[in-house]
Amino acid sequence: MNAIASVRDALTRNMRQSGILIAFVAIVVLFAALHPSFLSPTNLTNLILQYSYILILAIGMVMIIIAGQIDLSVGSVVALTGAVSAVVVVREGMPWWAGVLAALVVGLLVGIWQGFWVAYVGIPGFIVTLAGMLLFRGLTFLVLDNRSLSPFGGTYYEVANGFLNGLLGGYGFDVFTLVIFGIAVVGYGVSQWRSRQGKVAYQQSVESLPLFALKILVVAAVVMWFGYQLASSRGLPVVLIILAVLIIAYTLVTQKSVFGRHIYAVGGNRHAAELSGVAVRKINFWIFVNMGFLASIAGVVFSSRMNSAQPGAGNMFELDAIAACFIGGASTTGGVGRVGGAMIGGLIMAVMSNGMQLMGVPQSMQQVIKGLVLLLAVAFDIWNKKRASVAR
Amino acid sequence: MSTILEMRSITKEFPGVKALSDVSLTVEQGEIHAICGENGAGKSTLMKVLSGVYPHGTYDGEIVFDGATAEFGSISDSEQRGIVIIHQELALVPYLSVAENIFLGNEMRGRFGLIDWNDANHRAATLMERVGLRENPTTPIGQLGVGKQQLIEIAKALSKEVRLLILDEPTAALNDTDSEHLLELLRALRDQGITCIIISHKLNEIEEIADRTTIIRDGQTIETIDMTEESATQDRIIRGMVGRDLEHRYPERESVPGEEVLRVENWNVDHPTQAGRQIIYDASFHVRAGEVIGIAGLMGAGRTELAMSLFGRSYGRNIRGKIYKDGKEIQVRTVAEAIEHHIAYATEDRKQYGLNLIDDVRHNISAAGLRQLAPGGWINGNEELRIAEEYRTSMNVKTPNVLVDVGTLSGGNQQKVVLSKWLYTDPDVLILDEPTRGIDVGAKYEIYTIINKMVAAGKAVVVISSELPELLGICDRVYALAFGRMTGELPVADATQERLMELMTLERDQPLPTNGTAS
Repeated sequence: MNAIASVRDALTRNMRQSGILIAFVAIVVLFAALHPSFLSPTNLTNLILQYSYILILAIGMVMIIIAGQIDLSVGSVVALTGAVSAVVVVREGMPWWAGVLAALVVGLLVGIWQGFWVAYVGIPGFIVTLAGMLLFRGLTFLVLDNRSLSPFGGTYYEVANGFLNGLLGGYGFDVFTLVIFGIAVVGYGVSQWRSRQGKVAYQQSVESLPLFALKILVVAAVVMWFGYQLASSRGLPVVLIILAVLIIAYTLVTQKSVFGRHIYAVGGNRHAAELSGVAVRKINFWIFVNMGFLASIAGVVFSSRMNSAQPGAGNMFELDAIAACFIGGASTTGGVGRVGGAMIGGLIMAVMSNGMQLMGVPQSMQQVIKGLVLLLAVAFDIWNKKRASVAR
Repeated sequence: MSTILEMRSITKEFPGVKALSDVSLTVEQGEIHAICGENGAGKSTLMKVLSGVYPHGTYDGEIVFDGATAEFGSISDSEQRGIVIIHQELALVPYLSVAENIFLGNEMRGRFGLIDWNDANHRAATLMERVGLRENPTTPIGQLGVGKQQLIEIAKALSKEVRLLILDEPTAALNDTDSEHLLELLRALRDQGITCIIISHKLNEIEEIADRTTIIRDGQTIETIDMTEESATQDRIIRGMVGRDLEHRYPERESVPGEEVLRVENWNVDHPTQAGRQIIYDASFHVRAGEVIGIAGLMGAGRTELAMSLFGRSYGRNIRGKIYKDGKEIQVRTVAEAIEHHIAYATEDRKQYGLNLIDDVRHNISAAGLRQLAPGGWINGNEELRIAEEYRTSMNVKTPNVLVDVGTLSGGNQQKVVLSKWLYTDPDVLILDEPTRGIDVGAKYEIYTIINKMVAAGKAVVVISSELPELLGICDRVYALAFGRMTGELPVADATQERLMELMTLERDQPLPTNGTAS
């Protein structure tokens, strides 16, 4: 009774987040029922490899959207950074890390460029990045001389296609992968426990111990099952490690750091933020620099995945990233959103694309369905807001 | 006189809250009926029930309008019957013309369903005449002042054949002349047979204009007063609203000023965009620890501009002058620097400049003092929650918990959150710009008590207010600001509303009076 009430309380309080999580689970269950190989080890591995770069972009994008801006240029930046990297590695024959470094530097420069116009000249991000979308696409064509460059091969190729496998031997499944997942689960449990203890020390209400344990167990079971699936396929994808590190780091930055809080403050009410001592221009500048940085990581991952740099690479990526954020509960007017939400939003898009491909749904229908999902997600959000304001 | 509206035992519940409980309201044909109550007492909820914002079926009770039971499903249902509500925030489109705004949503279609603009403009002109306005019907609304916009709203209501006009705080944003004009118009409309319900916090106004006043407190009707009676005084209304005698509207305080904390000398500020237009001329003032000083000035005197330019140059350009803190000259170039020097500024416009309305109470309280919670750049969330709870208790912020969005609180409680936010920065000097604007009598008293507590803790407080009784009630000294110039300084013992008003209206070419201006 008590436990049920507290579950319901937690659900209603986080309706936005939990609504989208429930939708995600429902979609996964639906595809698992419709197509037996959807949850197979190979397909799950593919899913990660195919959509990791969208998720990386969505991390930076959600921060920009929370601040009340938008970035339309990330697809072009992915192409440009990949192209620069290809020039360094493929054309000049330099080592893989030089390519990665060059891509990151270009990404940061792009971010500084766009951040400058948004923050210090005061042009809306929509305009600056619309210009950037054309600008960086054009530069990509210039850098690549209108041709695609391939292959990267070697270590660079391993970034998006490599696996950590067999380090501890295998028995039909990779032990190392399972160990890593085990460590992650234990880490999760410990951090949750410490957070709970902290709350208890501050005399805040916490969920009952059995419920807490149940929550940890469910998460642990799902994660370990996922780890086992990966372990029985090709092992731990390198890109999953990159993604996990980024998600954890940026969740901490947005939820726990002063910088993160200031992003919410600027998006929620710019004037109030200014009068509370928030350096609004600095915040706007750095979120775009950060977006450039993450776009360059996505650029490296994508070029590595394709094993080539193409002038048209990354086309429409910005729309996928933006859609992920809005499906994940970010507000079009700023001030609201979460990295975790954007990740689930991105996964919903990923699972739907992947599931529909498996089932042989034609490309045209896939687009239609994805469009409708975006629309419905935002409609749900607005309906939810209205309900909350009537309840006042 | 016949009864035009009767609301019988209206009860409206929201999850967990009973907003209205058994409220009854009777309005006679052709009267001006005032509704008074503290913020959150249920006035707006009652009007939303009446106008169909909360449709029939979501509340208990009965509404009889014009002798027939009314079951409104939406606002358009109630408008059909001649009930029009004008909200505090005007619902006009700034870039559309006067005529377009008047007929917005109610366009008269001519042949082929097209609008005959000549006819519409002509009708608009006729309607404007009824409210005493002479404007070109094609003028964009945004070019008119707030006072005129308010009149346009009434013209819009008239175009809908209004029988019962509801005005929510119609004069809150108006200056005295415009308010006077508006009240005059309401009287004229009454004589034409239009019944009017007016919600207002301005008791002077109610005393002047209302025929009867209904007082609501905590979702219940307290009484309906016939304003022609001898006993219908402001004190009686206040008593009804707060449920206790406010013998003193301003809490007592012992004044023991200490050392000088802040001194401003020869402060000059230019307009941020209009080159060569000076806003503040050579303003100087000082404030001691444990002292409350007031800055009195009319609209446009430069009160807010002075305060914001001091607070990290948040307003204006080409700022010249000196600021001394504890006897040493300091530089305050940014808001962050101001906070570092323990100066705080609580804005006059909570919603636009003071709060992040879509975030919770907790985050709003910590917004300006976040560094204290995050020594290494990482916020201690548990400590943050503890601090927020502490302020919720000590400032008596009425909210179930601090995780509620600030936007859902009433004005008085929002103001307490703003003050909490600044108190958390541990300021020595607090500049409070219109700290009691738009909040009800009971909450005002609480805010004054909070100010007294700050002073008792040795802080220096600067209060900017357009309400002279308030300044005289809570300050030790009052400065007068007129047209960007400090025209005088009076200890509160020597200050009267008349003397202050005299100083506040001194134009720049008039000489300053020689007596009464120390420093």
